[in-house]
Amino acid sequence: MLNYAIRRLLMAVPTLFLISLMIFSLLKLAPGDPLSQLPLTIPPEVREKMRAALGVDEPLIVQYLLWLKQFFVIEPLRGFDILFGTHLSDGMQRIISWQTRGPVFSMIAERLPQTLLVVGLAYIVGVLIAVPIGIVSAYKQYSVFDQIGTFLSMLGLAVPPFFSGVLAILIFAVYLDWLPTIYNTNLIVNSWSNFTEQFLQMAMPVMVLAVQTIASISRYLRSSMLDNLEQDYVRTARAKGMGENVVVFIHVLRNSMIPVVTVITLGLPSVFGGAIVTEQIFRVNGIGQLLITAIYANDVPTVQTLAFIFAVLIVVFNLIADLLYGVLDPRIRYD
Amino acid sequence: MTELVSYNEPKNVAEAPVSETATTDPIAGVDLVVLKVPPRNQCWDVWDQFKTHKGAVAGAGVFFVIVVAVVFGPFVWRVSPAYIDFTAMNAGPSWAHPFGTDQLGRDLLARMMTGGRVAIAVGLAAMIISIFLGTLIGVLTGYFKSLDGPLMRLTDLFLSLPVLPLLLVAVMLFRDAVAKILGNDLGSFTLIVSIIGVMSWMGMARIVRGEVLAVKQREFVMASRSIGTPPHRIIIRHVLPNVMSPIIVSATLGIADAIIAESVLSFLGLGFPPDFPTWGRLLYDGIEYMQVSPQLVLWPGIAISLTVLSVNYIGDGFRDALDPRLRR
Repeated sequence: MLNYAIRRLLMAVPTLFLISLMIFSLLKLAPGDPLSQLPLTIPPEVREKMRAALGVDEPLIVQYLLWLKQFFVIEPLRGFDILFGTHLSDGMQRIISWQTRGPVFSMIAERLPQTLLVVGLAYIVGVLIAVPIGIVSAYKQYSVFDQIGTFLSMLGLAVPPFFSGVLAILIFAVYLDWLPTIYNTNLIVNSWSNFTEQFLQMAMPVMVLAVQTIASISRYLRSSMLDNLEQDYVRTARAKGMGENVVVFIHVLRNSMIPVVTVITLGLPSVFGGAIVTEQIFRVNGIGQLLITAIYANDVPTVQTLAFIFAVLIVVFNLIADLLYGVLDPRIRYD
Repeated sequence: MTELVSYNEPKNVAEAPVSETATTDPIAGVDLVVLKVPPRNQCWDVWDQFKTHKGAVAGAGVFFVIVVAVVFGPFVWRVSPAYIDFTAMNAGPSWAHPFGTDQLGRDLLARMMTGGRVAIAVGLAAMIISIFLGTLIGVLTGYFKSLDGPLMRLTDLFLSLPVLPLLLVAVMLFRDAVAKILGNDLGSFTLIVSIIGVMSWMGMARIVRGEVLAVKQREFVMASRSIGTPPHRIIIRHVLPNVMSPIIVSATLGIADAIIAESVLSFLGLGFPPDFPTWGRLLYDGIEYMQVSPQLVLWPGIAISLTVLSVNYIGDGFRDALDPRLRR
């Protein structure tokens, strides 16, 4: 197991390097000039200086290696400094956004809590709702509940978040006037009234994001439960005289959760992707919205750093899913 | 006498040459009659099984109606989707405009039909690209052992890419350059379709690879190889027909994914140009006027959801119908 973990970790390193190279070259190969938005009256020699200040006159390989160094050395050092009050990264060049001339990672650090709150909560809520639905629809296969659940999850997967989000705004904010349409980030939660306000403004984005999670995870759990319910050990357990609760929740559910836990882990990064759309609808200023504004502003350092962070998340969660599978399922041996 | 004849007949049969027994033997004759029922094409078996899946039949019906409405609708409903009528801005449904009008008084039904053409064309074209790439890479990795390692690593690499951010970045960066070569509309179409296709072949490649690995071990492939058939002919004649069912299933589901991807791009303002209506774009444009005229977001949203839902059901039906183990 340890051997396998180390081997997978080592394999993730070249993958990450190749992805970083792909993202970097995609952004650099693209036509377009960082200074194209500036007025034409700027004299050429000033333009050259501005280019030098942005670092775009260096050879590509230097730009690439510098970005890698900033991403993997300077920014982690900076984080270490903030955590422990040291001064290791002082005077080092951080990744600077072209848009705000501030460090990209500070912008991300400002935006991340909103995204994590909404996305993370939506995922937890989604999983908590999906698990009972999956159990019941598998245990009562082809019952009315199962048929409705199947149809609703097909619907949940078919209705794209930008439509379900808009629909939710239309129903709950415009017609019923129960919930606010726009997410207020400046809200500080320190009393019950603030808390209700925060709860109300988070209800819609969390709901919209959770629908997709519920739909896919309840489907997975249902089919996994169905596979397990037919196994011999279930008959044995019943023959031993165990109650249905023990059979379903202890025997079947635990075994059925093995593939589902993997799916839950693998799905987390894609929820961050879905959050791009949801944040745009509800005006949550998280990292998804940062990415969109950076793309519109042609802010190459921010875009490439964010895209790479998404890629790192995917690689890391793939790794975690693979290792979890080995930990949870004793039948799997990595040699 | 009759006893004698009946006693003699088997003897005759036993002495007669084999070719004669086949024609004279009454039992064999009956068998031949049974076999004369015309041989059923495999497509009919699949169709019979497909028919038993109610959701799939309903999905196929809905999808057929949408496609017909979108393809032939503009020939019947001859209102221009670009005609601006300021006297009928944000109007609700009426006989003149069954779906209402948008903020510039353009007929929503006509715009929906044009948008649907684009959405379905994008879905089909992107699906074809991703099928082509996925099947090619899946077959190559499954059939040729030397290619398995590197190409599967490439697949893993693509699976680790953040799809939506890269789609957005790629469209943003290359839109102008491609538009210069191919023109505004065709350029956007080519760019969006190819980017969605290139970003979505990985699942298909993995499924096809697994199937090819299994088929490769079968006797008929071994027999074919033993008589010296070159690999490309084995692949085309023997391997591909046997891995067709998972390809058809993922192809169907791929259409739905591509339609959603296109509408997400359009929704974020990075899809087709503003004067080029697609369902995602119509929804995006309608959000501003949502409170005044909700039909602006409802129709495109319902159209996208209904198309995706029906395509998903069709894919489900195909999955059951193409699995011979489920066939009754």
